[in-house]
Amino acid sequence: MEHKSKYPVSHVVGFLFSLILTFVAVFVALKMNVSYTIVMWIIGSLAIIQAGLQLFMFMHVTEGEDGKTNVINMAYAVFVAIVIVAGSIWVLTSGHAAH
Amino acid sequence: MGIKWNEMLVGGDPLLVGSQIAIVLTVVAIVVGLTYFKKWGWLWREWLTTVDHKKIGIMYILSGVLMFFRGGMDGLLMKAQTARPEMSFLDAQHYNEIFTTHGVIMILFMAMPFLIGLMNVVVPLQIGARDVAFPQLNALSFWLFFSGAMLFNISFVVGGSPDAGWTSYFPLAGKEFSPGIGNNYYAIALQIAGLGTLMTGINFIVTILKMRAPGMTLMKMPMFTWTTLITSIIIVAAFPIFTVALALMTFDRLYGTHFFTLSSGGSDMLWANLFWLWGHPEVYIVILPAFGIFSEVIATFSRKTLYGYTSMVISIVGIAFLSMIVWVHHFYTMDAGPAVNSFFSITTMLIAVPTGVKIFNWLFTMRKGRIQFTTAMLWALAFVPNFVIGGVTGVMLAMAAADFQYHNTLFLVAHFHYVLIPGVVFAVFAGLYYWWPKMFGFMLNEKLGKYHFWLFTIGFNVTFMPMFFLGLKGAVRRAYTYSAESGFAPLFLVSAIGSIILAIGFAVFCYNIYWSFRYAKRNVSHDPWDARTLEWMTASPVQFYNFAVVPEVKQLDAFWHMKKRGETLTLKESDIKKIHMPSNSGLPFYMAVVFGITGFFLVFEAHIAAAVAAIGIVVGLIIRSFDYNDGYYVSVDEIKQTERTWRNVEGGTENHVG
Amino acid sequence: MSANVNHSLPLEYQTEQNRLNILGFWIFLGAEIVLFATLFAVYGVLGHRYAGGPTPSDIFKLNDVLIETLLLLTSSFTCGLAVFFMRQRNMKQLLVWFVITLLLGAGFLFMEIREFIHYVHEGATMQTSAFLSSFFVLLGTHGAHVTFGIIWAVMLIIQLLQRGLTPVTARKMFIISLYWHFLDVVWIFIFTFVYLKGMVG
Repeated sequence: MEHKSKYPVSHVVGFLFSLILTFVAVFVALKMNVSYTIVMWIIGSLAIIQAGLQLFMFMHVTEGEDGKTNVINMAYAVFVAIVIVAGSIWVLTSGHAAH
Repeated sequence: MGIKWNEMLVGGDPLLVGSQIAIVLTVVAIVVGLTYFKKWGWLWREWLTTVDHKKIGIMYILSGVLMFFRGGMDGLLMKAQTARPEMSFLDAQHYNEIFTTHGVIMILFMAMPFLIGLMNVVVPLQIGARDVAFPQLNALSFWLFFSGAMLFNISFVVGGSPDAGWTSYFPLAGKEFSPGIGNNYYAIALQIAGLGTLMTGINFIVTILKMRAPGMTLMKMPMFTWTTLITSIIIVAAFPIFTVALALMTFDRLYGTHFFTLSSGGSDMLWANLFWLWGHPEVYIVILPAFGIFSEVIATFSRKTLYGYTSMVISIVGIAFLSMIVWVHHFYTMDAGPAVNSFFSITTMLIAVPTGVKIFNWLFTMRKGRIQFTTAMLWALAFVPNFVIGGVTGVMLAMAAADFQYHNTLFLVAHFHYVLIPGVVFAVFAGLYYWWPKMFGFMLNEKLGKYHFWLFTIGFNVTFMPMFFLGLKGAVRRAYTYSAESGFAPLFLVSAIGSIILAIGFAVFCYNIYWSFRYAKRNVSHDPWDARTLEWMTASPVQFYNFAVVPEVKQLDAFWHMKKRGETLTLKESDIKKIHMPSNSGLPFYMAVVFGITGFFLVFEAHIAAAVAAIGIVVGLIIRSFDYNDGYYVSVDEIKQTERTWRNVEGGTENHVG
Repeated sequence: MSANVNHSLPLEYQTEQNRLNILGFWIFLGAEIVLFATLFAVYGVLGHRYAGGPTPSDIFKLNDVLIETLLLLTSSFTCGLAVFFMRQRNMKQLLVWFVITLLLGAGFLFMEIREFIHYVHEGATMQTSAFLSSFFVLLGTHGAHVTFGIIWAVMLIIQLLQRGLTPVTARKMFIISLYWHFLDVVWIFIFTFVYLKGMVG
């Protein structure tokens, strides 16, 4: 459960990190002079870190008697999401489908 | 765009006019009947507003029977049209509409409600719960399903049926090639029904994870409960994809976007991709609960614990996982290249492994068992060989290179009918014969059941076996006729004759329901099959609160072992406490009505009327938000009284087996 | 169901029915992830099919998008604060931060609608190309979720004022906070894989 602190420390920390991650992503995407692929890998990773921040520091996904269920549920949803996104793009942009 | 009222009713064809007249007469008869017998209040209180999972389940099953009839009529019409070469009983357009509605109705409005209905009736009882986790949401699920089903079903007389196949591939299903409103019905009615199904999935996951009787760990759950859990997980993972796909279809058709169009950069195959991303898991959504039903029936009538319980669970989980990564096998011929096709070929063939494990488990359960040939068990026995034919031809189709030959032939049609009819329909019949006494307090007639069984299974094989050979000879699916020179005529005729036998089998089933309602003995025991799981521990039909005292579970097949220990019917009245139950609500029914009206206007592209009707949906949600009704308590006295009525007649009841 | 109140837990976890609802909502969020993933997949496939129409770098404006991002990010933070104060049973602080959350959400919506109107004026409509169809529907679905969340939250504020903090209102507050944070998570991916990606390429 929530630790009984009087100040919302974890929220403030999470918020600051989110801001930093957002601005770093903007900087990498628009100001850094590296290849498109590298930019996408960096900002993609930053997005995933930030989503994790929200999930753990704001939404407290692990708390409560169903914390474990929630984590499994989220992990499975992410798996399905990756299958849908990566799978669709792969299937529809390779072979003859690409032309 | 306004509604063209004068074009709304489809006319001309005597078949359609006959149907319109029949529908009007039926509606009038129902209204007059309800009024004459003063049953409106009863209908509202007992059924339309109920949140009882058992009654909701019965309504699902009733809808399933009705839809089976409708979808079956479509099937018979197709078989009549193709019985002889170059027939003109149906024209090409009419035939297109009929195979489209046949597919949609049989999968989404027949198989789904039958299975969800049985899940509703049985699962809370099997885990010793009082109801599902969210009873009112459960009612909403049913009513949204019903609303969608009715909207879809009126299409053939109001406005015209969808006619692009149950898969509704683009570009054919787009506005450019199907300018009528028929395909709007597809996009919108399925959307409404799909929302209901998604909620069912969430509801059952929470119910099974959180509301099991004390002591029932996951690995002590009955197999039907396990398959329901995994099915629900697949529903939650797959139905949102369909929601999006249908929404994009609606946008393309109604608002001129370019998701699946040929022009402006749209991708028609993106529809096929999204459809099967949902559609393949959907196959497992209907087949897994059926596997669960067979597991219960085979264990009960072999008088043995299910063989290989753990491997059974692992297999289901494995199937659920694989079901998400095989979708491209439905469109190998798009030719996404050797890498893609090889990957999906391998994953598809892998599915045969857990399925094979399950088949062997069922066979080993029967081995050395004392098998009782009840009607329910006959369906389970017939399932094994018939389903294996469906499965093995599936592995043939799984090979991408070979699929280029089979694709879009009747071989494929025969394959999936061999999967879905033994896999789902046989299971539904087995489940209905098995759980009927639990639902209604009387048995379905076993003798009529056996006529039903033999006619149906023989009819099924005579109908679909020839289609394998027709397909191999090159007969394509979805073609309304064929030439005499093709040489297809004899096998098509055999297939048509088979479909009549099949239909007679279904008619016997309907007659069996009628006969049993009128004449079957009512003093059936709470455990007529000498069964193994908790639902047989309580009265038949089940009292509205399910269990006076929630049982404690010590092992798998809990009830069987309780009987062995002789501790089943001992109810200490001092153990009875008041029971909390949810209140009825008219809101789900109201929501179904406003969703139906909104959907209807959207189908006819009357956007302003639809927007006005949609306000009704928001109003319903707000009313629900402010609803603080927390249910009510059943008093100890009332429970005692109810329990005495069925426990006292125990001596006089009949056990049908054992 | 109101029996078995466990006072050692935070209000929203105290009753069994509350725990069922919270778990159910998490599973619903799983379904929402799949829903948005499908929309992202559609955008991934169609996002570069401009059909001779405008491209992302033609129309996206970094400043507006950054303001939207900051508004939504901050609202997710203030929503977290609202729940933090709810757990301290501090009704006043709860309401203050929750109302701020809503105002930030409304600000986000205002900016987004302005952005859409701007695009339409530039001739970039949903019907222009597959890229724009998938763009508008992905963004529009997210925006519709925010709109729905605001209406829902207003209903909840009325109930909080009527009934105070009870296990039921606390549970509703907690669930809407999950929903709100989730919408921010979706936005992070929209920001990265729609806007930033569009402006890099």
